[in-house]
Amino acid sequence: MARVTVDGIQVEVANGSSVLQACEAAGKEIPRFCYHERLSIAGNCRMCLVEVEKAPKPVASCGYPVMDGMVVKTDTAVVRKARRAVMEFLLINHPLDCPICDQGGECDLQDQAYSYGADHSRYAENKRAVKDKYLGPLVKTVMTRCIQCTRCVRFATEVAGVPELGATSRGENMEIGTYVEKALTSELSGNLIDICPVGALTSKPYAFMARPWELKRSDSIDVMDAVGTNISIHARGAEVLRILPRTNDEVNEEWMADKGRFSFDGFRRRRLDQPWVRAHGKLQPARWQDAFVAIAHGLQGVHGDRIGAIAGDLCDAESMVALRDLMVSLGSPNLDCRQDGARYDTTRREFYTFNTSIAGIEESDALLLVGCDPRHEAPVLNARIRKRYLAGRYPIGVIGHPTADLTYGAEIIGDRPAALTGLLEGGLAFAEVLKSAKRPMIVVGQAALARDDGAAVLAACWKLAESVGALADDWHGFNVLHHAASRVAALDIGFLPGRGGRSVAGMMSGGVDVLWLLGADEFHPARIGPDTFVIYQGHHGDAGASRADVILPGATYAEKPGTYVNTEGRVQRAFQAIMPPGEAKEDWRIIRAFSEVIGMTLPYDNLDAVRARLTEVNPVFGVQGLPRFGSGDRSGPAGDVAALGNAAFAPGIGDYYLTNAISRASPTMQECSRVYTQPVVQAAE
Amino acid sequence: MLSDKDRIFTNIYGREDFRLAGARKRGDWDGTAAILARGRDGIVAEMKASNLRGRGGAGFPTGLKWSFMPKVSDGRPHYLVINGDESEPGTCKDREIIRHEPHKLIESALIASFAMGAHTAYIYIRGEYYNESRNLQVAIDEAYEAGLIGRNACGSGWDFDFFIHRGAGAYICGEETALLESLEGKKGLPRMKPPFPAAMGLYGCPTTVNNVESIAVASTILRRGGAWFSSFGRPNNVGTKLFAISGHVNRPCVVEEELGLPMREIIERHAGGVRGGWDNLLAVIPGGCSVPILPKATCDTVLMDFDALRAERSGLGTAAMIVMDRSTDVVEAIARFARFFKHESCGQCTPCREGTGWMMRVMDRMVKGRAEIEEIDMLEQVTRQVEGHTICALGDAAAWPIQGLIRHFRPVMEERIAAYKAAHPSGVKGAGLAPTPSNIPGNTLPVAAE
Amino acid sequence: MSTAETLADSASETLPDALREEIRLLGQHEAHPRAACIEALQRVQREFRWVSDAHLREVAGLLGMSAADLDGVATYFNLIFRRPVGRRVLLLCDSVSCWLMGRERLEAHLSARLGIRPGQTTPDGDVTLLPTVCLGHCDHAPALMLGDALHGDVDTQKLDAILEAAG
Repeated sequence: MARVTVDGIQVEVANGSSVLQACEAAGKEIPRFCYHERLSIAGNCRMCLVEVEKAPKPVASCGYPVMDGMVVKTDTAVVRKARRAVMEFLLINHPLDCPICDQGGECDLQDQAYSYGADHSRYAENKRAVKDKYLGPLVKTVMTRCIQCTRCVRFATEVAGVPELGATSRGENMEIGTYVEKALTSELSGNLIDICPVGALTSKPYAFMARPWELKRSDSIDVMDAVGTNISIHARGAEVLRILPRTNDEVNEEWMADKGRFSFDGFRRRRLDQPWVRAHGKLQPARWQDAFVAIAHGLQGVHGDRIGAIAGDLCDAESMVALRDLMVSLGSPNLDCRQDGARYDTTRREFYTFNTSIAGIEESDALLLVGCDPRHEAPVLNARIRKRYLAGRYPIGVIGHPTADLTYGAEIIGDRPAALTGLLEGGLAFAEVLKSAKRPMIVVGQAALARDDGAAVLAACWKLAESVGALADDWHGFNVLHHAASRVAALDIGFLPGRGGRSVAGMMSGGVDVLWLLGADEFHPARIGPDTFVIYQGHHGDAGASRADVILPGATYAEKPGTYVNTEGRVQRAFQAIMPPGEAKEDWRIIRAFSEVIGMTLPYDNLDAVRARLTEVNPVFGVQGLPRFGSGDRSGPAGDVAALGNAAFAPGIGDYYLTNAISRASPTMQECSRVYTQPVVQAAE
Repeated sequence: MLSDKDRIFTNIYGREDFRLAGARKRGDWDGTAAILARGRDGIVAEMKASNLRGRGGAGFPTGLKWSFMPKVSDGRPHYLVINGDESEPGTCKDREIIRHEPHKLIESALIASFAMGAHTAYIYIRGEYYNESRNLQVAIDEAYEAGLIGRNACGSGWDFDFFIHRGAGAYICGEETALLESLEGKKGLPRMKPPFPAAMGLYGCPTTVNNVESIAVASTILRRGGAWFSSFGRPNNVGTKLFAISGHVNRPCVVEEELGLPMREIIERHAGGVRGGWDNLLAVIPGGCSVPILPKATCDTVLMDFDALRAERSGLGTAAMIVMDRSTDVVEAIARFARFFKHESCGQCTPCREGTGWMMRVMDRMVKGRAEIEEIDMLEQVTRQVEGHTICALGDAAAWPIQGLIRHFRPVMEERIAAYKAAHPSGVKGAGLAPTPSNIPGNTLPVAAE
Repeated sequence: MSTAETLADSASETLPDALREEIRLLGQHEAHPRAACIEALQRVQREFRWVSDAHLREVAGLLGMSAADLDGVATYFNLIFRRPVGRRVLLLCDSVSCWLMGRERLEAHLSARLGIRPGQTTPDGDVTLLPTVCLGHCDHAPALMLGDALHGDVDTQKLDAILEAAG
C-alpha cells in the first residue's frame, strides 16, 4: 500500500495505482475524457492534470503511478489553469453544435465546459471539419465533434476484439475510422456510443429522438441472451426510446450486446394487443372473457395427460410458475421449456448452470469450449473471456466450429464428440493443458446438449471436468452456457415433463389435444398436430401465434416486472418500464385470471405472492446474488459417455440478430441482419 | 580552439575511406577487447568521469543514463537503441557520423551495449538517410565478417548484434519513447513517463536510448580517458561537439569544436563568417528549430554550451546554428517553424494537436500583419498553454521559438500589423477570413493529379 | 486515361511471391513480426512506388496486423505514399535553412518547368514534387532528393542538370 496525501486528505491505495485513483479514493473528482477504467490508459486528453509535489510540471493523473508519501494537489491555480487551457484547446475545433447534438445533456465535454470553459472564444481561425465515417446501421458518426480521445479505438481493439477501428494520419489531421468504410463487425458495437465522451459516436436509431432529461429510466434485465445483462430502459410515455447497460461488475461490467440495446423497436411492431379467437378457421378479434371461454371450451372433457404447455425463451419466472401451477391443477404432466430439445439433468443445479460464474472467468487459467459460440450466444460473456485472454497465459481449446472469429486465439481441437473422447482418454495434447491448469474451465453450449447424444455430451463434459481437476473444493470449472434467457429459471421451477409427461417433441404431432404456448415461437408451427387446440400467450405475432386457436396478448420484458435467472443461476429482477399496449396484460395475471374462469383459482393475486410461490417451489429464487461455490459431490449427471455420436457440433444460433420474436420484429435488427449476414463486398476507394 | 589531434571525428568530411580498413587506420577497433575487459563498472565510471552530456538536445549525462540500466538481468534482455532519427531542421551532424564514421559508431555501440548488459543494439535511422544507412550496413557487414561484432565480439566473450531500422519520415520518432514505439512497428506516439525506458523500454525491457553522437564518442573517450574529454570546455559543459552551421554564412559546415567557445568565434572561424559581415547579422537560432532565437546583441558574446545558452533563455539543443542576416523576414522564419511543428505533431495529446495548429494559423497571419496587436499577447498565452502540458517535449519545442520571437522581435511584429492596417484602411481582422494555405501540405499524402 | 489512373495501374495486383517471402522473412527476423512493417511498406514502395489498399492489406496479413492498424502506421509517415506518385519523387527541402538559402526560387523554377504545384505529379506521370520538412543537409542548403539521390547547394542551373541527368 502507498500512503498518498491528496489536498491534505490522507489515503492509502494499492501500489501501482494511479494518482487519479488515489484522488478518487480521497473523494476528489478529476475531470477526464480519454481515461476509462476498463480500457488501457492513453493519457492523451490532458484534462486530468494535477500537481504532484516535486514534479516539475503538472502530471496526467490517469497514467502517473503513486509513490509512498506522495503529495498531490488537485485544486491549485496551476491545475485550474491547465484544465482551462485543455478545455479551450478541445473547444477550438469542436463545432459547438450542442443544440442539434444527441449527446447534449449527457456530454462530458459539455459538462466539463461548465466548470472549465471560457465564456467566449479566442479562436479566430477557421474550424476543422472532418468527414463522417460509416460504421454500420447502429452507430452514427459526426466526426467533426471527435476530440481524438481514442476511447473507441481502444474499446474496439481491447474489449470487442475487432481491430477494424483505427486512427489514421497525424497531428491535427488525425482521424478515427475503419480502414475501408464498412460496418464494424462486432456484436458489442453499441458500447462505442456509451464510451464516446462527446457526440462523435451516437446511436443511429435514437438520432434526434429525445433529450436525456425527458426520459424515465427503469432498471431491467436483458433477455436477448442468457447473460442477464443489467440494463436501464429509457422511455418517454408509452415508448421505449433507448436501452443502456447498467454497471454490474459480476455480470456485464458496463457493456451490453447490440441485440439487447437495439431490438426494442420490435416492441411496437407485429404486436398482439388484443385477444383473438379462431372461428370458422379464421382468427377474430375477441374480448378477454370470450378468449377465456373459448379456452375453457377447448379444455372441456380433455384429460390432463392430453394437455400440454411449452414455455418460450423470453419468459419471466412468474409467468412460468403460474402456468406450471395451472397445468398441475389441470392434471397435466406435459410441461417443457426446451424448445430446442436440450438434454439436462436437473437433479443438481450445478449440472445446468455456469458454475465458474462470469466474473470467475477472470480467475481461470485454461478454457475449453464445447459446442458453443460465445461470441454470438453471449457476446458480453465472450468479452469477459477475451479480457482474461488479454491478461495472458490462457490456453483456449474449442470443440466445434464457431461461426466467426471468437476474438481471441483459440485452438480448434476437433469438431465432433470424438474430440471429447480424445481428451478423456488423453489422446489429445490439450488434455495435458487442462490437467496442468490450476483452475481450468469447461463450457458446454446449450446447442451441444440439444442433440440426440446431448445427455452423453453433458456427461462427458462433466467427466472431463472432473478428470482434469476442474472440480475442486474451491473451484467449479463445469459450465453450461445457455442462450435462452428463460431457460435456467424454467429448469429451476421444474418446467419439465412430470412423471410420464411428454416433452416438446412428444407434444407435437398430436401428442396432446390442448397445447398452451407461453411465448414459444422457436419451432415450425406445422409440427403441431392439426387437431391440437393451441393457445398462444405472448407478445408478438410470430410462429406460435400463427398456429393459435386462441391468442392471449402478453407483455414483453419491458412491460412487466419479472424475475430472470441467467446462465450462472443468478436471480435478477426487472422492473416495468412501460405499459403493455392495448389490452395486453402482464403474463402471470393472465394465467391467474384464467384459472379463476375455470374455477381453479391460483392461490396468489399480487406480485409478492407469486414471488413467494417461486421461492416455495425452489428456494434459489430467494437468494440474492450468486454465492460462489466449489464442487462437493463429484458424481456426474445421468448420461452414458459411450453413447456419444459422431455428428459435428452445429452452431446454436443461426442469425445473431434474429433469434426471437422481438428481434425478428425489429427493423433495426432486420437491417443489421441484412448488413452483417449478407455483407456486400465494397471495393476499396 | 580544438587542435586536430584532439578531434574525435577525423573523417567527418568523408575525405577518407569509411570502411573497415580506413577506420582501422584512424584508430577504430584498436584494442576493443581490452576496453571491454575493464568491465561494466569500469566503463560506466569512465563515461561518468568524462562528464559527457547527451548530444541529442536534452543534455542528460550519458554515463549516468547508462548506470540506470539494471545491474543484474531479471531475465528480460537489455537493449541499446541509438537515435539516428535526426530530423530537427538545421541539424545535419549525425548524418556525417553515420556515413563517414560508421565504424566508430559500431565500435562504440558494442562498448555501450556491453556496459549496460545488452546483447542487441538497434539504430533507428530516419527514412531520408537511405544512402547513409547503406554505408552503415556495409560497415556492419564488415564488422561481422571480421568478428568484431556477432558472437564473441572482438574475442571478448560478449555476443553482440547490431541492427538497422529505418524510419519513414516523422520528426516525432526522434523522441525516445516514440522511437521505441516505432521500432516495435507501431505509430510513433510518445509514451507517458514513468515508466522510463531504463525500466520498461523496447518490448517492455530495460533500454537506453542515446543519440548517435553521444554513442559515437564513447570509444574515443574510453581510449583517451574521461579526464581528457572533460578537459575541453567549461565545467558542466565539457568535451568536444559537432556543430552545424547553416543559413547566411559564407561557408556552411559541420565542424567538431570544443564546447563553450563564443558563438561568434565558431561562426567566423569555421563558417567564414556571416554573409556581409558580422554587423549584417540579425539573429541566430543556436540549437535547431526547437530552441528560442537569439538577437544579434546576444550573439555577440554568448558562448556555445548548455548553461550559457540556457542563461539567455535559449538552449544548445543539437548545436545546429541557423544564421540569419538582416535580409531575413524573421516572422516568416518562425512561422515556418510553427508550420513544421503543426505538421509533425503526432496528434496524440490535446494541447499539442490543437495548439500547434492554432499557433501556426496566428503566425501565418502575423507574417502578413493581418492581426490585432492584442493577438501577440494572446499568441504568447497560447504558447504557455501548450508548454509543459503535453506528453512529450514537442509541445515545449513548438512553443519556445514563438516565445523567443515575441521576446526579441515584438516591435517587428507590431510594425507589420500597423503596416497592414495602413494598407487596408477598411479594417480587416483575421477572423473569418480564409486561412493562409501552408506551404507544407497539411496531410503527408501527395495530391492526386487531376 | 487520367494521370491518376496511369499512376494507379499496379494498385490491384497482388504482391509478387518473392516480395511476399521477403516480407515474411523480415517479420520472422523481428521479436514481433510487426516490427518489420515500416521496412516492408518501403519495399512495397520500391516495387510499386506507392502502397495501395490491396497491398497494404496483404502486408498486414503477412505481419499479423490488422489492415486498420497498419494503415495507421502507414499514414503516420511522410514517406509512405498511400496515393499514387510519379516514377520519380522529388523531395524539396522546406526547412528554414533551405528557405534562407533560396529554396523558394527552386520551387518556383520547378513549378514552372514541370507545370505542377507542390504535392502534384506531372501529367505524364514522371515526377511528383513534394515539399519535405527537412532533409538534414542544412550545411549544403538548399537541398533536395530525387529518388535516393541527395543533392546539395542546388541552384536553378544545377536543378535542370539533375532533372535531365536522371530523366
